[in-house]
Amino acid sequence: MSFEKFKDRNVGEDGYYMVDIEDYPETGWGKFKQVASRSLKGELFVGLWVVLREMFKFDIHTVQYPKEKLPIGPRYRAVHKMLRLFESGTERCIGCGLCEKICISDCIRMDTKYDENSRKEVTEYSINLGRCIFCGYCAEVCPELAIVHGGRYENASEQRAHFVEFEDMLTPIDALKAGQQEEFPGFGAIIPGSDKSVKKTPLAY
Amino acid sequence: MDTAYLIETVIKIVILLLVFSALAGFGTYFERKVLAFMQRRLGPMHVGPYSLLQIAADGVKLFTKEDIVPQNVVGPIFKIAPVITAATAFMAAAAIPFMPSFTIFGYEVHPIISDINVGILYILGVMAIGLYGPLLGGMASANKWSLISAARAASVFISYEVVSGLSLLAPIMMVGSLSLIDFNNYQAAGVGSWMIWSQPVAFVLFVIAAFAETGRTPFHLIANDHEIIDGFGTEYSGMRWGLFFIGEYANMFFISFVIALIFLGGFGDGSVGGALALLGKVSFIFFFFLWTRAAWPDVRPDQLMWLCWKVLMPIAVVNIVITGIVMMF
Repeated sequence: MSFEKFKDRNVGEDGYYMVDIEDYPETGWGKFKQVASRSLKGELFVGLWVVLREMFKFDIHTVQYPKEKLPIGPRYRAVHKMLRLFESGTERCIGCGLCEKICISDCIRMDTKYDENSRKEVTEYSINLGRCIFCGYCAEVCPELAIVHGGRYENASEQRAHFVEFEDMLTPIDALKAGQQEEFPGFGAIIPGSDKSVKKTPLAY
Repeated sequence: MDTAYLIETVIKIVILLLVFSALAGFGTYFERKVLAFMQRRLGPMHVGPYSLLQIAADGVKLFTKEDIVPQNVVGPIFKIAPVITAATAFMAAAAIPFMPSFTIFGYEVHPIISDINVGILYILGVMAIGLYGPLLGGMASANKWSLISAARAASVFISYEVVSGLSLLAPIMMVGSLSLIDFNNYQAAGVGSWMIWSQPVAFVLFVIAAFAETGRTPFHLIANDHEIIDGFGTEYSGMRWGLFFIGEYANMFFISFVIALIFLGGFGDGSVGGALALLGKVSFIFFFFLWTRAAWPDVRPDQLMWLCWKVLMPIAVVNIVITGIVMMF
């Protein structure tokens, strides 16, 4: 296929047709005929019937928002979540600092130390949601799938400090044990079937 | 004038004021719900079960809101205008029989405040005075939208008033009286004797004029929210605006009663069934007012004037002439 198909921006050419609109009446008699035909043809009652039918069908489309919420797409990038390992329940974050490094609005701040098992431990982790542009780089760069974007888009708050602490974003341990932590299928998550595309590192050179 | 008559009249006035003020509030709830259902929405849902207490919430809001009289308005006229709308709407109700007369504790009650011999003329006249509310309020508001609305009020007024008067002339000729009770008794024989069958043209014309009179949707020009904000109501707040609202909705109820009494048989023979039938007819006409708002577009002011003067008025005159010829022979 050539590029011509894509370069053609004139989308209004095919599949569109002109609506048949009568000429506007010029004379008084023409206007009178238009009013008479519109009044007597029953068009007004068609309109009445349509709305009455909808009323009796009672096919309500209202979402009562605070009580009901529409499902949100898995790739939506809302407030971050910190995931835990399914088996052990420890936090996935290994304190590598890549998210802090890659963050283009410089809103992630973390401090780490070595714990008694010589394992790197995150002591401080915060995201300044006032600066975060929800670009998703942190989730994409994370080698452990520890930081992901959740679906919690209601980030209006009374306090600046809300939502930004590591503990707030981390899956609660009881929620993990109840099996409520889901592997995130969206931004930064592994592509389905990516296991097959993994190749052994060629060691020939 | 004896004391019993005086007490009876005062009680009737109080009941009428209370019932129709409350009904005006309930009418807004009903309108919001009906419009919502017709547009696949739910409408108000939060105040009480299915928001039935919305009237209370709206009432509290209107009563407690600050009463603002803006700068540059003509104070006294600005303040009196909503009162004119609400007062004339209720004054017009004085000659409307709301129910057939009934006997309570051996005392016969006529549910009409005053059966004056110029009944329908009085009702139309006083309702017409109600147009002074939008006119004066709009002109006194020092606001361009309000001024446009006032101009529209005047133009709409001179357009529909001639149609409503002339269209009613033919039924009046047939009945030979201006009292709505006489209208009702003329049609008491049953559905076949309803005025709508003998005067269908007058019925259609009067309904059109009623829509213009109450400013409902095909002719929603005076307070046209989507063109001129709220027209004459732009500068009003709190209970002054609420008075406009009560007047408008009370007017809708009263004109529904008038249509039902003149053309649709009223309360018929005066039995309980007839009274309920009258309420049913009035409810349907009120529902029709809301129904058209969901279904029909607005016309322009010049189109309304053209319609009234060049189409409806000649039809009304022809209708009168034909009625006269038929009655003569």
